[in-house]
Amino acid sequence: MTSQEALVNYTLRLGDTSLILAQRLSEWTGHGPFLEEDLALTNIALDIFGRAKALLEYAAKVEGKGRTEDDIAFFRSDREYFNALITEQPNGDYAKTIIRQALIDCFDLAFYTELAKSKDETLAGIAAKSIKEITYHKRHSFSWVNRFGNGTEESFNRLQKGLNEIWPFAGELFEMNEVDALLIKEGVAVDLSTLKANWEKEINQLLAKANLVAPEGTYVQTGSRKGLHGEHLSYILAEMQSLPRMHPTAKW
Amino acid sequence: MGVVNFEDLFEAKLAKNDIIEPKDWMPDNYRKHLIRQISQHAHSEIVGMLPEGNWITRAPSLRAKLVLLAKVQDEGGHGLYLYTAAESLGTSRDEMLDALLTGKAKYSSIFNYPTLTWADVGAVGWLVDGAAIMNQVMLQRTSYGPYARAMVRICKEESFHQRQGYELMTHLAFGTPAQKEMAQDALNRWWYPTLMMFGPPDIESPNSENALKWRIKRETNDELRQRFVNQTMPQIEYLGLVVPDKNLKWNEAKKGYDFSEPDWTEFKAVIKGNGPCNKERLASRNKSHSEGAWVREAAAAYAKKQNENYQAA
Ligand SMILES: [Fe+2]
Ligand SMILES: [Fe+2]
Ligand SMILES: [Fe+2]
Repeated sequence: MTSQEALVNYTLRLGDTSLILAQRLSEWTGHGPFLEEDLALTNIALDIFGRAKALLEYAAKVEGKGRTEDDIAFFRSDREYFNALITEQPNGDYAKTIIRQALIDCFDLAFYTELAKSKDETLAGIAAKSIKEITYHKRHSFSWVNRFGNGTEESFNRLQKGLNEIWPFAGELFEMNEVDALLIKEGVAVDLSTLKANWEKEINQLLAKANLVAPEGTYVQTGSRKGLHGEHLSYILAEMQSLPRMHPTAKW
Repeated sequence: MGVVNFEDLFEAKLAKNDIIEPKDWMPDNYRKHLIRQISQHAHSEIVGMLPEGNWITRAPSLRAKLVLLAKVQDEGGHGLYLYTAAESLGTSRDEMLDALLTGKAKYSSIFNYPTLTWADVGAVGWLVDGAAIMNQVMLQRTSYGPYARAMVRICKEESFHQRQGYELMTHLAFGTPAQKEMAQDALNRWWYPTLMMFGPPDIESPNSENALKWRIKRETNDELRQRFVNQTMPQIEYLGLVVPDKNLKWNEAKKGYDFSEPDWTEFKAVIKGNGPCNKERLASRNKSHSEGAWVREAAAAYAKKQNENYQAA
């Protein structure tokens, strides 16, 4: 694997993870539990779509095959997507959406803070811009986890159920492969193993505050680094890609 | 000081084009009219999120997705300002939402039409937001302060939406044959419903004297409709599209277009609840609201506990 190939794959991983997460979040737009929260979640989706666009644009550029970010987003199949499995999980109820978001925000804030120091200037720039956004996202999701955990019996039960469902997919966020190894050596990628202890600490504190118990002995689901996904992703893509694929020569 | 004097003071303010603020005395029928109008407008923004929201997950480019998502968010923001403006007149969000969800309150009928293709997203932005601006621009100077201020911001964003909608239509109209066909089809379906947005013909809806006095309306429905057609025709011609109206032609004498009236029977049917999407729209709002109940309850319970802890400390 060349450095260039590794960088393309790494950037796709980040871009796809952002894109699929934002795609899921945007399913809530117009359907939120109340107006202010509808707007807040849409705002978060907008930030994450913006980041996805910047990352996929860069992936296309590094790839150097004359493709655009839209070619990359709309003309790859699920086996060529590298989004983390946690992002493609169905939204479920608002508690599940929120707990998924909290687990990701906690990872993302630490991750992009580190990536902002990358020797790759474009990645560092995108990361630096994201830190402020993710800080807000994390405050939002953490505060709702706390609210649901300490709200009503129903909100607590829903939150615990959501956590149980999403938990098996969280561990994959820290998975590394030869792409990471190569790019860490070059000072481009973030060594994910350095983030794990702090993530666990913060999440444990959050769960404790919300009276939640993390499921024990969970088998960590993985596969996305190799383009192996669950059954959900191809449906997400079928919907998202339908129009460009129906009109492959069209500009929008 | 008797009530009559308050009334005189109110009338004098209106006559001087002064702004009425929430704390000022106002006649009951003024308050009621405003609550009804502002809450209906707010409902229209909220229900209006649905037809365009229908295309968010299928927007055909990343840029288009960002633009559309931001637009739908703006509409929700408009709903929020307007609900707040209505609340300043002494109603509550719960009361207003209840009226919407039970079907008692009206909202703009245009949103009871479906968005069948991506071109509809362009047509809605270009035509529907365009017509809305024409209807609403005078409200920036309406007599009730909170409403006028909300409308300043809203109109600014609506014109942005209109430009983006038109831009989307240009991509289609100058794109592949299939894209152009999509654009024409959208114009065919949205033309008459858009003309209906200005309300029934003047002979059927005499301009209320109060609406003029309160600076809620300045032009009649027919005048606005005529202005909209005059303004939109050059844009349609530029796009190379054809209006679905054989009678539409320039009238040199009146320096404006002659055009066919929309089908007012259809208009009434849609208002009565028989449009293609009335039931779906209302069902969708009700579903989100009832599925969100536990979230609102949890937030309230949490706030209450926090408050108790704070007081106990
Ligand atoms: Fe509007
Ligand atoms: Fe609006
Ligand atoms: Fe708008």
